[in-house]
Amino acid sequence: MSLLHLAIISPFLLAILVPILYKTFRQIHTGWFVLPLPILLFSYFLSFLSIQEPITKSVPWIPFLGIDFIAKIDGLSLLFALLITGIGSLVVLYSVYYLSKDKEKLNTFYVYLLLFMGAMLGVVLSDNLIVLYMFWEFTSFSSFLLIGYWYHKEKSRYGAQKSMIITVFGGLSMLGGIILLYIMTGSFNISEIMEIVPAISDHTLFIPALLCFLIGAFTKSAQFPFHIWLPDAMEAPTPVSAYLHSATMVKAGIYLVARMSPVFAAEGLWLWLVAGFGIVTLFWGSFNAVKQTDLKAILAYSTISQLGMIMSLLGIGAAALHFDGIEKSVYAAAITAAVFHLINHATFKGSLFMVVGIVDHETGTRDIRKLGGLMNFMPITFTLAIIGTFSMAGLPPFNGFLSKEMFFAGMLHVLDLDIFSFETWGLLFPVIAWLASVFTFLYSMILVFKTFTGKFQPEKLEKKPHEAPIGMLISPIILASLVIIFGLFPNILSNRMIAPAINAIMPGNTADVHISFWHGFTPELFMTIGVIALGILLFISLPKWRKVYDLFPKKLTLNRLYDGSLEFAQSISKQFTSSYMNGSIRTYLVYIFSFFIVILASTIAVKDAFKMDTSNISSVGFYEILLSLAIVVASISILFAKSRLTSIILLGSVGYTVSLFFVLFRAPDLALTQLVIETISVALFLLCFYHLPKNSKNEERIRFKMTNLLISIGVGAIVTVIALSAHSNKMFDSIAQYYVENTYEKAAGKNMVNVILVDFRGFDTLFEITVLSIAALGIFTMIKLKMNGGRKNENK
Amino acid sequence: MKTNDIILQTTTKVVLFIIILFSIFIFFRGHYTPGGGFVGGLLTSGAIVLLLLAFDMKTVAEILPINYIYMTATGLLFAGGTAAGALFFNVPFLTHAFGDVYLPILGETSLHTATIFDLGVFLVVVGVTMTIIQTIGGDE
Repeated sequence: MSLLHLAIISPFLLAILVPILYKTFRQIHTGWFVLPLPILLFSYFLSFLSIQEPITKSVPWIPFLGIDFIAKIDGLSLLFALLITGIGSLVVLYSVYYLSKDKEKLNTFYVYLLLFMGAMLGVVLSDNLIVLYMFWEFTSFSSFLLIGYWYHKEKSRYGAQKSMIITVFGGLSMLGGIILLYIMTGSFNISEIMEIVPAISDHTLFIPALLCFLIGAFTKSAQFPFHIWLPDAMEAPTPVSAYLHSATMVKAGIYLVARMSPVFAAEGLWLWLVAGFGIVTLFWGSFNAVKQTDLKAILAYSTISQLGMIMSLLGIGAAALHFDGIEKSVYAAAITAAVFHLINHATFKGSLFMVVGIVDHETGTRDIRKLGGLMNFMPITFTLAIIGTFSMAGLPPFNGFLSKEMFFAGMLHVLDLDIFSFETWGLLFPVIAWLASVFTFLYSMILVFKTFTGKFQPEKLEKKPHEAPIGMLISPIILASLVIIFGLFPNILSNRMIAPAINAIMPGNTADVHISFWHGFTPELFMTIGVIALGILLFISLPKWRKVYDLFPKKLTLNRLYDGSLEFAQSISKQFTSSYMNGSIRTYLVYIFSFFIVILASTIAVKDAFKMDTSNISSVGFYEILLSLAIVVASISILFAKSRLTSIILLGSVGYTVSLFFVLFRAPDLALTQLVIETISVALFLLCFYHLPKNSKNEERIRFKMTNLLISIGVGAIVTVIALSAHSNKMFDSIAQYYVENTYEKAAGKNMVNVILVDFRGFDTLFEITVLSIAALGIFTMIKLKMNGGRKNENK
Repeated sequence: MKTNDIILQTTTKVVLFIIILFSIFIFFRGHYTPGGGFVGGLLTSGAIVLLLLAFDMKTVAEILPINYIYMTATGLLFAGGTAAGALFFNVPFLTHAFGDVYLPILGETSLHTATIFDLGVFLVVVGVTMTIIQTIGGDE
């Protein structure tokens, strides 16, 4: 295990310690214990900035299946790792001031946050697709916990569930893609797959795999039409929104598209889908952001739209991988823009989320209809908001301006493509991009001016507004200064971070990355000027044309579709379930046993598996006959026992006799275990005795008795048949000899049973005790919930 | 509720310790002779069940103020931790290590990481059995 692996799992390790630290040091905000880790990781990853070649470290995990925990650092993963840990540090620092240590359950919050951080690091650093998938689902799951952190609010639960359903659905589809890729290439390792790809691009499974991967990426990155979960996820505490929805989780989809580009981009469909969905999302997000009244909802739609923008740039950039004969540098520029905007988006959106958090924290509301005129109370926050929004709107001299210009340049180059009707339909790309930018400008202005200027309405606010404490301001100040620094000196990033990342997305790219602040009177510049002009016009006349949004039929939204299908699925499954689950364990046993009989009997019949071989049978002694008779007598007497107590004791005696069999066959381990198990289960039975219902009238009915008779005879016959056949069908040599030979050699133990349990088949034991624990927890919660929470739920 | 269980109670007081000592003995010798974490754990829970039969739930909770769910969790942590610990030494998951060590009083002793794993099993078995019995028995 290398330091790199340790870096990935260190958040998980710290997560184990957090609850202990929280309980031990109640008077210290738990965030302070968490903060050093992301800072440490950030500086650790910074040390990789000067690497020339990707670094790969591997730890065997399931080598037999080709699954190894391979950590790979190249330009792309390094960029993401820096974002995750860098923004992570700032978010943790911010959360220390945002979440009160007296009111919030900080232990769970930081556990979830650390789980998430580790999962994200795992996603971007693993080279093995299965490991990547594991961490990918881990991000879905930890973000579910984070979004639902205030679980007492119904909206939080709804948002958490929605994001979980949609992103996990995408994740499963991605798993399908991974498996298809494996079928085609025989490898789970991305680096290996990339080398094989030219040979498989004509495979019939190639397109399905591509689609599966795209669904995974689109759901995670909230692309149209999967974007609906992101606004609802805003119910999470603001530090979470800043972290998940600006810097990291939603960018996992971007990461996946970038990472898989060398694999799929040669296919034209990839180009169209990524660029097409991206540009639609860009427009739809920005268009809808304008009508929102909640500050965080504006930011949510803005994130959707900006993610669409990065996605479309990656799509256009894929053209460079598709063709050989074209001017590659032009399309490499689109990828440059994508990577650059990725960094810029993390900086300005992160700071804006924190600013919104401050406004929410200090005024008690995020509704722009109630806010206004906060400029005088919060001058620093106002300045930060100006920097963030102007960068988002693409105004100079901030970094957003640069990436937006590059975005326009990339979109204009679409027209040069003369394939897949890009030369005709492609015209839509720059047009939609420009329109979307106008709306981006518009909502940016709404965000800052409706909040900080205009009429101050103190009567609508819950608190008297004042400037945030300095600790809360540090993080957004750092991010805002990065916005300016990257804007004025973009080239400090270009060779160290952007170029390596591009090399990872487009292997063999040699184009020089140089971002210049002033690039002459180009079409892009005029497009920006147009955006500003129309944007200002629309902002001023906003009240007049706002009604446009009401024209959109409310019944046709995707949210209604989501809610409707969820309700539909619930009612259908409820109907189906209630038709066979009647609450009586007897009925369930009938199902289970009939299934058991039918499946096994038909298998034996189809496979012609029944065989009886008497040649190899050892002689039956006096004691065996005696014990068998005892068992038979005891089991038959159960049938005639009138009272329950007698049946329980008789059943126990069957068990004890079986353990005597083990003694007879010299299996002391089994005998001992069976004896103790029998004792405890009889005790348990006696405990349950009190709860058992009175003998019902059902038992008297012939039909009931006949069913039971049939089933019991069936089960008995099947088990006998299987036992006989199992003895007679010897398809393999017994494994016993292996254990006899190796128990002492390999595990230094003399008790074979125990060595098998803890050593040779330790996995079994580990999972068995896990299952046992889950069962115990299940029983505990069922009974305790019935006692405590049940009444509460019934009242609802 | 019970009135004349004086014999059971008195016997339990003595037998309990014998069973528990025996279960610990069985647990430690498991690697070489019959026994191990599973049986040991069951025996211990058997002892506690006996205690429950002789006295009532409340008294037992006072004598043994153990949260069995935490016990289960600790057990899982031991077992999982031993299994995962192997990864830190660059060997596959669940590889056990053993060796002979000279200890001051015991002399030459062979130590196994398998024992820690087994301890996890022990704790889980006791924890699970007692959780189940306690919740079902405590349910009014």
